[in-house]
Amino acid sequence: MKLSILPEQASSLAAEVDRLTWFLIGMSTFFTVLIAVMVVGFALRYRRRDPESVGSRFDNSAPLEITWTVIPLLIVLFTFFWGAKVYFDLYKVPADTATFYVTGKRWMWKIQHPTGQREINELRVPLGQPVRLLMTSEDVIHSFYVPAFRTKSDVLPGRYTSIWFRPTRTGTFHLFCTEYCGAEHSRMIGSVHVMEPDDYQQWLASVAVPVLPATDGRELFADLGCANCHRAESDARGPSLNGLYGRQVELVGGARVRADETYLRESILSPARRVVAGYQPVMPSYRGQLSEERMIALIEYIKSLEANPTRVASAEDAVRP
Amino acid sequence: MSGHESEPGTNYLTNGHGLRSWLLTLDHKRIGILYLLGVSFYFLLGGIFAMLVRLELLTPAGDLLTPDSYNRAFTAHGVMMIFFFLLPAIPGIFGNFVLPIMIGARDVAFPRLNLLSWYLFMTGAGLAMVSLIAGGVDTGWTFYTPYSSTFATTAVIPVGLGIFINGFSGILTGVNFMVTVHRMRAPGMTWFRLPLFVWSQYATALIQVLGTPVLAITLVLLVLERAFNLGVFDPAKGGDPVLFQHLFWFYSHPAVYIMILPSMGVISELVTCFSRKKIFGYGFVAMSSVAIAVLGFLVWGHHMFVSGQSVYAGMVFSILSYLVAVPSAIKVFNWTATLYRGSIAYQTPLLYALGFIGLFTIGGLTGLFLANLGVDVHLHDTYFVVGHFHYIMVGGAIMGYLGGIHFWWPKISGRMYPEGWARFSALVLFVGFNLTFFPQFVLGYLGMPRRYHAYPEEFQVLNVLSSAGASILAVGYIIPLIYLIWSMRYGKPAPANPWGAAGLEWQTPSPPPSYNFEQTPVVTEEPYVYSHEEAEVV
Repeated sequence: MKLSILPEQASSLAAEVDRLTWFLIGMSTFFTVLIAVMVVGFALRYRRRDPESVGSRFDNSAPLEITWTVIPLLIVLFTFFWGAKVYFDLYKVPADTATFYVTGKRWMWKIQHPTGQREINELRVPLGQPVRLLMTSEDVIHSFYVPAFRTKSDVLPGRYTSIWFRPTRTGTFHLFCTEYCGAEHSRMIGSVHVMEPDDYQQWLASVAVPVLPATDGRELFADLGCANCHRAESDARGPSLNGLYGRQVELVGGARVRADETYLRESILSPARRVVAGYQPVMPSYRGQLSEERMIALIEYIKSLEANPTRVASAEDAVRP
Repeated sequence: MSGHESEPGTNYLTNGHGLRSWLLTLDHKRIGILYLLGVSFYFLLGGIFAMLVRLELLTPAGDLLTPDSYNRAFTAHGVMMIFFFLLPAIPGIFGNFVLPIMIGARDVAFPRLNLLSWYLFMTGAGLAMVSLIAGGVDTGWTFYTPYSSTFATTAVIPVGLGIFINGFSGILTGVNFMVTVHRMRAPGMTWFRLPLFVWSQYATALIQVLGTPVLAITLVLLVLERAFNLGVFDPAKGGDPVLFQHLFWFYSHPAVYIMILPSMGVISELVTCFSRKKIFGYGFVAMSSVAIAVLGFLVWGHHMFVSGQSVYAGMVFSILSYLVAVPSAIKVFNWTATLYRGSIAYQTPLLYALGFIGLFTIGGLTGLFLANLGVDVHLHDTYFVVGHFHYIMVGGAIMGYLGGIHFWWPKISGRMYPEGWARFSALVLFVGFNLTFFPQFVLGYLGMPRRYHAYPEEFQVLNVLSSAGASILAVGYIIPLIYLIWSMRYGKPAPANPWGAAGLEWQTPSPPPSYNFEQTPVVTEEPYVYSHEEAEVV
């Protein structure tokens, strides 16, 4: 039986998290030992030898109170700021990070690579490249956790949450569901395989992909009738989706929202919730008509639409993988 | 009406016989005993479920229980220990028994309401217990939606209703104690002459009264969602499952302070008595209880750093969580300073108090790991969290509880417990406790998730250590159960003040008469006066 104390550090941020942890361990050990030594020491030193004896009248000291209030306060503030910085780094996704889609469902993880390859309970990623996971649940709240990367996020029904990481070591690492989700919660586990970039490309090539997600999405966009309203013409019933992804959108009522994957998904499932300024709330909901895979395909297609296409957008547009 | 008319020469135990005189009593001391019986039953039952969990976790495979049974076992353990032991125990037993006597009163402000509180506790707990055992609930004590509202096929509604009813017990007790402290203090008992146990019970009452109604509403919403598919927590209907977490933790975080503040109050009483020295920094310790109660309402989001909550909300909750740690640190330093130049006797209550100081310090410091945004992402929902809260709740709250049981046992029962066995079992508890829960910090950082029925092989050694510790811990709890019951018949009769302690409860006989004091006491000096020298000014 193996006995280890720390998990492997396999991501670019793991070492930083561990550094902060060691500081916390050191600080905690110091204060624990300090208190223990004082408590045991005083208990021994001031043991009652005469049954009638009483303690002294030293029971009050403003300078001491201030000292042991201010010093812990400074320590916790320092710890807070360091932790906030690490947290920001953990959740701030670098630009140009490839997006993988993850769907949690009782009791398995369905993963889709940017180019459409699919895995169940396994996630293969290339060494050294940042990866973003965009995750949703088909049922209850799950949580996607890779201890070796020191990161996790809850996975929710009805919206996307995300984590990112840059693997720094090849190997196979645990993937755990870590939000209790029912009977087989402890079996909703898998592995993340970090591969040399060449091996990863080889693996990608070896897995049959019937069609790229965005291509699939382009067909859906036509089949579901989206193109009837979402056209580039000025008299169209719905706003053009060219260059939409990542842009700020102004809504009826003056609020603004960033058009990320969650916004796109919400607009497809609950279109009346946030209507684009200047348009009527006439879009029907597609709830119940789209599996998670088809939702991903649609979103990937919309993400691929360029702001200023060289010709009028149509269903024959070449799609960027 | 049974309670305060007394036969001459009787005490509260002998004044009135038969089941009716107990079940219809209005005497706060008898109600305290009724709570003692009730919470002890739920502690034992909750402990049995814990043993099932730890037995299963001896091996990596899920080979003792089916997944469903395991999930019901850890849920039952959590629900019983939190709602039907930790929350009611010290307020229900010592708050009831000791607090009125400590302030020189004859009873609490509303004796009938007090009895009603006990019935609400027994009814709610009974309903929940029957449902937990007959149908079972497998959602965890946290009942997260949409699992609990839409997917679980278990007895969520009756258990939720049981907890709902039990909540009113706490609300009424809180109201009762607050009014008692405001209106029934003996002449001369000013606020800053109150024993620190009273301060901590008062702060606890604030939380009970303000926080528990939110739990009530949350449970009602959950029950309605489950029964009528309202959609409050269902994204397909425009609801939000994370809303449940906000509502649930808005109560459940302050609830943990309901569980620890009374214990801290007990520790203050023990440390000052067994050092024969006024508690160091009385004013700071008293105010720190109030600060914890207030700040405790502002930190609930630290349970939700990875829930999809905004990063900025996370930052606010993290810094507030760090701030609430400071008053607890102040208490630990003040208790330690009370020992300095005291006259220290090593009786069992003090051993529990010293154990509390050490274990609560560790538990509180591990809370700093979890309050830390950068580290909590890794640690959330792992065994690190399990280790943290057991250090506080078992190493802290239960040690304080047992210290209080031993300290006030002579007063409550009129008998001394056997000191040798008591010290031995305190030691057994301390060893068993650390062996059970320290490995869980390591397991958590290694990545072992909570609520796992089966786990990867590399986690086995630490799990075996933890389960071994649990069996030692069980022994440490069983021994006092035996000797305390034994002492009721065979223990040495106790004098009024076996510890030489200051405080009004030690001015009454052991056990006290039903009416507590022959004449209302008049308080003329500060609390905890052991030495009659001039106070040193620093």
